[in-house]
Amino acid sequence: MNWGVLLLPGSNCAEDCFHAVDQVLGQPVRYLWHKDTDLGDVDAIIIPGGFSYGDHLRPGAIAHLSPAMTSVKAFAEKGGLVIGICNGFQILTESRMLPGALLQNKGLKFLCQDQTLRVENNSTAFTSEYEAGDVIICPIAHNEGNYYAKAETIEEMEANGQVLFRYSSPDGEVSDATNPNGSINNIAGIINRNGNVVGMMPHPERSADSVLGLSAGKGVFVSMLKHLEAVNS
Amino acid sequence: MLRAIVTVMLKKGIFDPQGRAVHNGLESIGFEGVKQVRVGKQLEIDLNLTDRAEAKKMVDEMCDKMLANPVVESFSYEITEV
Repeated sequence: MNWGVLLLPGSNCAEDCFHAVDQVLGQPVRYLWHKDTDLGDVDAIIIPGGFSYGDHLRPGAIAHLSPAMTSVKAFAEKGGLVIGICNGFQILTESRMLPGALLQNKGLKFLCQDQTLRVENNSTAFTSEYEAGDVIICPIAHNEGNYYAKAETIEEMEANGQVLFRYSSPDGEVSDATNPNGSINNIAGIINRNGNVVGMMPHPERSADSVLGLSAGKGVFVSMLKHLEAVNS
Repeated sequence: MLRAIVTVMLKKGIFDPQGRAVHNGLESIGFEGVKQVRVGKQLEIDLNLTDRAEAKKMVDEMCDKMLANPVVESFSYEITEV
């Protein structure tokens, strides 16, 4: 399967994502330049973290208008798998490919820490390697990770199983005490209604290779690969 | 030339931690009776235009497309001659 990692001015997690696909999954991967509208024959796209366009105005506000994003949107509309991590999640909400928005962390501090997450829904193309209720460790590193959406939207998303990950304690308890940034319902990662676009603030690519000491994030990439292999076989 | 002064604020009801911090700061230096502080952004946009209607149309489009995120922000603006 062919993977693409979008490169925007200010992306700083692109190489980690590239490594996760190339070295951990052993799959072909290439960078997609933000000015290019031709994405080639990719089967999955990763929008990496970083500070695209310096996070000026709002994180993702300028990036989501880049030429490549028009093609990413069209790719997703045709059912292609897209995952936005951290700044990538912010870009996906700015582009309305995912509902809601990421506000400044409630505590006003940039957070950089290992974070425990509870897997909520494992019946997706991005989480099938996990069991619902699994607790995984994925690092977070963000200033605007406070997920917000209107009450009706949250209700709808919860009813449809669109919440994939929640900030939790190591034993899977979800409460205000385990919420690092003020996100509504401790939401750390979500999926769109069609099940092919995911946004998450935690970094699975930083916990994909066991040499880094954490490997639970690998499940996201393996789930995606298995899904692609199943639909293309 | 025309200048648009655009103000972007978080929508009412959305918690603004920065405003809260400024509020606490004001109280800590002795200002009493502050009910609420909300922090927003102001953008000054100089336009090579003379027609106000045209400027208004352009600024509306700028706000919709990029300057404000309607999910969480509201915007207002004034257009002045400079």
